[in-house]
Amino acid sequence: MAAGVATWLPFARAAAVGWLPLAKKTMPKPPVDNSSRSDEILYVNVSGVRFQTWKNTLDRYPETLLGSSEKEFFYNEDTQEYFFDRDPEMFRHILNFYRTGKLHYPRNECIQAFDEELAFYGIVPEIIGDCCMEEYRDRKKENQERLAEDTEANEASDAPLPPHSTSRERLWRAFENPHTSTMALVFYYVTGFFIAVSVIANVVETVPCRPPKGSVKDLPCGEKYQLAFFCMDTACVLIFTFEYLMRLFAAPSRCKFMRSVMSVIDVVAIMPYYIGLVMPENEDVSGAFVTLRVFRVFRIFKFSRHSQGLRILGYTLKSCASELGFLLFSLTMAIIIFATVMFYAEKGTKGSTFTSIPASFWYTIVTMTTLGYGDMVPNTIAGKIFGSICSLSGVLVIALPVPVIVSNFSRIYHQNQRADKMRAQQKVRLARIRMAKKGTTNAFLQYKEDRDRDSDSTALCVKNRSAFEHQHHHLLHCLEKTTNHEFTDEMTYSELCMTESVGFRTSRSTSLSSQQGAQNNSTGCCPRRARRRAAMRLANSTVSVSRGSVQELDMLHVKTTSIPPQTRSSLNAQADDLKLNCGEQDFTAAIISIPTPPANTPDESLPPSPAPIPGILRNTRATAYTHDTVKISSL
Amino acid sequence: MLDFGILNRGVAKCLSLFAKLLPIFISVIENPSFKKCKFTKPLAGIYELELSAVRHRPEGLEQLEAQTRFSRKELQILYRGFKNECPSGVVNEETFKDIYSQFFPQGDASTYAHFLFNAFDTDHNGSVSFEDFVMGLSILLRGTVQEKLNWAFNLYDINKDGYITKEEMLDIMKAIYDMMGKCTYPVLKEETPRQHVEVFFQKMDKNKDGVVTIDEFIDCCQNDENIMRSMHLFENVL
Repeated sequence: MAAGVATWLPFARAAAVGWLPLAKKTMPKPPVDNSSRSDEILYVNVSGVRFQTWKNTLDRYPETLLGSSEKEFFYNEDTQEYFFDRDPEMFRHILNFYRTGKLHYPRNECIQAFDEELAFYGIVPEIIGDCCMEEYRDRKKENQERLAEDTEANEASDAPLPPHSTSRERLWRAFENPHTSTMALVFYYVTGFFIAVSVIANVVETVPCRPPKGSVKDLPCGEKYQLAFFCMDTACVLIFTFEYLMRLFAAPSRCKFMRSVMSVIDVVAIMPYYIGLVMPENEDVSGAFVTLRVFRVFRIFKFSRHSQGLRILGYTLKSCASELGFLLFSLTMAIIIFATVMFYAEKGTKGSTFTSIPASFWYTIVTMTTLGYGDMVPNTIAGKIFGSICSLSGVLVIALPVPVIVSNFSRIYHQNQRADKMRAQQKVRLARIRMAKKGTTNAFLQYKEDRDRDSDSTALCVKNRSAFEHQHHHLLHCLEKTTNHEFTDEMTYSELCMTESVGFRTSRSTSLSSQQGAQNNSTGCCPRRARRRAAMRLANSTVSVSRGSVQELDMLHVKTTSIPPQTRSSLNAQADDLKLNCGEQDFTAAIISIPTPPANTPDESLPPSPAPIPGILRNTRATAYTHDTVKISSL
Repeated sequence: MLDFGILNRGVAKCLSLFAKLLPIFISVIENPSFKKCKFTKPLAGIYELELSAVRHRPEGLEQLEAQTRFSRKELQILYRGFKNECPSGVVNEETFKDIYSQFFPQGDASTYAHFLFNAFDTDHNGSVSFEDFVMGLSILLRGTVQEKLNWAFNLYDINKDGYITKEEMLDIMKAIYDMMGKCTYPVLKEETPRQHVEVFFQKMDKNKDGVVTIDEFIDCCQNDENIMRSMHLFENVL
């Protein structure tokens, strides 16, 4: 323990006096210790709760926040104390760690909050004392499992389809999550119906029907209406085969799919029919054929795709495999013991049904499960005694592992419930987040409208927004200027997309925009449209340019063509002049060019002098590099 | 009907088997480690626990101030550290050994710690209280050279009879060399402690009577330059 060593070191050093008379060589000089030996009380203020402790206490663990110089960052000169804006309740435990050397986990605190506090104070959770370690670990594991489940649930079903999914992927999704499309739902119900029909047919087949005329014996319905049942069976098997092949085709990993439990059940359900078709009507083999028909009952397991409860049951049994194994093992032991005893106890009796030990197994099982058919009964006194012991112990042996299985089932069931609840909550949460985002966007758009409309009335707008909103809007504005795109709402966007096709022919700048679109189509789903939109705005804004600005434009044109546009710095100078000349923000938006494709050389895009404005712009743009445009735009 | 013949034979067989197994069973039970197992004596431990809750309170601060050469503040710091480590107020030998062993991880410090413990436990009651601790420290850190040499002599004199014999010295020497551990350079040999004892006795034992008395010891040390100089080494420890 670090604390112990630190405290006892002076003593150990003092005790070294005992070696001095025996020393063979001279002792080395002691290290110079300039630090003040006097202890002082430190004041630590955690959200208003004042803690006081010795400096030495905190110095015991120099690799933590409080023990190192890191705490100086939190020192408040005015009040001469260390101020932490954290939870004082948790701090109590942290400080106790310094005092006693043992970290305890408070059971009523959230595990994540505790972890965060530990991380803040630089304490490793591994040093939690033994008394609290188990609880801590259990809670942590539970929490992690829960989080993993939630993320899994989120990712799993309700994620929207990726835009470029193949038909195969869509088919797989339809199979796995039937509620995503109506077709899938229809298919789901149809297969469910046919499974039910198939199972019922199998059952009804064996019911005795009235015999046909001329015969006395009762006939099972299966043989009376053989053709009908055969047709029904064929139909079901066709549907199942079709479904299986579709799933096989759609599966992302066919090997994995073929190894999965459901696929095995599917195969086992349809195989008997095909084997029956293939096999000849032979007397010898028909016995085996009959056995095969038993496998048709496996079709009932196909319902587990349709029922979550069945799946939960399956998971439970799988998770309780060890308990079930133990149950089986102990039962086997008990059965063998009691069967042996009963056999030897009943051996001498005349007409005893306990003919052998394996024969006694049946008696033991029937007795232990308290069934008691009565087909085998002990007659001797010893047999009766052991028989009663057997039945008493049977109850115990079976009752022991059952609670474990039950608790497992309950846990898994509740987890499932929780997963469903979480999904519902998640939907609500996402909707709320979307609304909040829309609110922010709307506020920003409103701000821009006000700004565009009248620069004088910005004073009014200013009052209504907080400092945070100001800064946020400024940030969004900067982003707009950086990318030379503007934020719009959905209506305007859809309008733009529609007027897209109209603007295609009227604007000359579309040619260059298409160039860019071709080069730069990685920006989301509407890259070309985005570029064209910018071009549209370009066209719009150039129209709105006033007479004065046109003059300036001409000036600009003159400037750029006269000076060879080799050096960036010269262009930068131009840009600065530009800034000073232009007051209107729209104008600057027009001048700022779309990021150019690097392949463009200045000479190519030099248009003849009487070029329309977009052409001039193209000129300037072509000679300016992307960096420069950014410089211009970041006003 | 019960077949007595079979039953008799069966019972006889069982008994013989049991007779064979019984000695093994008994030996398992008699195994001391099995006996120590809590399973056999669950309740006794609880009573033992209550008895060991010894509490010791030291004399007043003023008295200690008078008896030792520490200032009030220093005593306060010392006591706070001591009480933190040993809330019951006393250190028993096991704890003492553990603490001292922490400083010498490579070797085995338990033997030397045992001698140290006896040197600190001046009233020989099996535990070192705060007074013992502080008195010892006072001599070692703030005492005169005479007092320190006295203390060292007391440490070496294991049976406290006033004479250091060669055997006692050898024990001490071996304990010190044990603290070094195995990995030393040059490699520790069997006779190194013995040789060291010989050297010591040659220096200290003036009248060659095989024992070193306190006067011989102090005289000799005071004439030794190195020892005198090193006596002041640890004065600034606290």
